[in-house]
Amino acid sequence: MKVGVLGIGITKFGEIWDKGLRELLLDAQLLALKDAKIEAKQIDALYTGNMCGDSLSGQLHVGAMAAENLNLDKASIRVEGACASGSLALREGVLAIESGQADIVMVNGVEKMTDVSTEQVTTALMGAGDEELEGFNGLTFPGLYALLAKAYMTKYSKLTRDLLAEVSVKNHFHGARNSYAQFKSEITIDTVKNATMVADPLTLFDCSPITDGAASIILASEKTAKAMKSQVYITGSGLANDSLSLARRSSLTSIPAGAVAAQRAYSQAKIKVDDINFAEVHDCFSIAEILAVEALGLAKPGEAYKLYENKDTYFDGAHPVNTSGGLKACGHPIGATGVKQAIEAVEQLRGHAKNRQVKDAKIGVTHNVGGSGATVCVHVFKGE
Amino acid sequence: MFRESSIIRWRNYNDRYKLIGYKCDQCGKTYFEKKGLCTCGSLTFDEIEFSGKGKIVTYTKVHSGAEAFQEQAPFCVAIIDLDEGARITAQLTDCDYEDLKIGMEVEAVLRKFYKSGEKGVIHYGTKFTPKF
Ligand SMILES: [Zn+2]
Repeated sequence: MKVGVLGIGITKFGEIWDKGLRELLLDAQLLALKDAKIEAKQIDALYTGNMCGDSLSGQLHVGAMAAENLNLDKASIRVEGACASGSLALREGVLAIESGQADIVMVNGVEKMTDVSTEQVTTALMGAGDEELEGFNGLTFPGLYALLAKAYMTKYSKLTRDLLAEVSVKNHFHGARNSYAQFKSEITIDTVKNATMVADPLTLFDCSPITDGAASIILASEKTAKAMKSQVYITGSGLANDSLSLARRSSLTSIPAGAVAAQRAYSQAKIKVDDINFAEVHDCFSIAEILAVEALGLAKPGEAYKLYENKDTYFDGAHPVNTSGGLKACGHPIGATGVKQAIEAVEQLRGHAKNRQVKDAKIGVTHNVGGSGATVCVHVFKGE
Repeated sequence: MFRESSIIRWRNYNDRYKLIGYKCDQCGKTYFEKKGLCTCGSLTFDEIEFSGKGKIVTYTKVHSGAEAFQEQAPFCVAIIDLDEGARITAQLTDCDYEDLKIGMEVEAVLRKFYKSGEKGVIHYGTKFTPKF
């Protein structure tokens, strides 16, 4: 499989009070068109990841909005898979090209989250879990990942509180080097440990923030992409699903669907774990990054702590992870996150990542999780 | 998002208030709630009544809740393996978080969950408490 990337566009991530859902989406779309050097009318189809348009802005039908923004009457669909909405939209775009139905596709991701209270966002996000079995019991998303953290850190005690904090410290280090990141400040282990407790053992600095933002990426068939001298290609797309609720999973110390999705993507791209130069993973919570690097095979089960002990996951380390700053520091506008991960992969493979550039980056993977692991989507990107 | 509906409460009455679960009539696996096919592929279940006794598999203390649970926070939540085999998610009550441990024995009690608005309905459900 080979689908080219023609262009990328991303808004600033953060609390963007002067822009609504539509304006954020439009900004990213226009930036991507400019980067791709194409006109809107060349687009055959659009896929837009969005989770909370209805619950936070009262706006469904974001697919139609994406087409309307560009005065297009082309096929345009909103894709929802909780926090994995963005990568699912990307996957739909890839499949549309692979099927021959489209030659050029625009994939967007957008979320507007800061117009409402934190409690409203907490309630809306819980729709990604199992409403009747988890939400009804008062569980929140930090609560679900805290349950995983407690189980993991009890079984694998080498992942200490300090090493778990290293995930956020490293992601803030990268965020400080990313112009569109929500947080550009470096932090220390003490910042994480001394922050307000959200769901034990996770503090505020173990949690990704509430963020506004949008991201767009334009894909094309290999033939068109080659003709337009595209430097980056998607060579694998793997998707796997599992139960909505944690209680129905086969493991509480891993996210089983993550490993399945990764193997599907690797086998399609014909790569091995050792071929991977960097990864953008779903660190909605610090523990989620630990589970992600193990799902991707960058560490054996229970051994991810070693990567953080050795500072391997920094951009200049042996296994760079989340050079964008991840969800923690770059921000987590839910529907946009999966597309942002793809954009970071493209920036790295184009060699445009400036002071967070991974040296000689040739192959990168993105890993996007919906809910507490009910959906995991992994993509493989290759630079040429 | 919590939908205010007496029909939802009626539909979930067995799961929420009576600790009635489902046992696969093919392989014997037990479930707290009826959802889709059994892992063995069967779609037929017998109702069973749980004893309400079980053990903590993992737990946490939620410090800031969703809208409906805001006034209760902080509260403890756990995933529990019931003695009959089903694994469920529930709040823990009448306990100190610091005393909790994975593997600790707990039992079910009926408790208030949350109230929908000022004049709204009070929702009840099953919580668990450590056995002493
Ligand atoms: Zn069965």
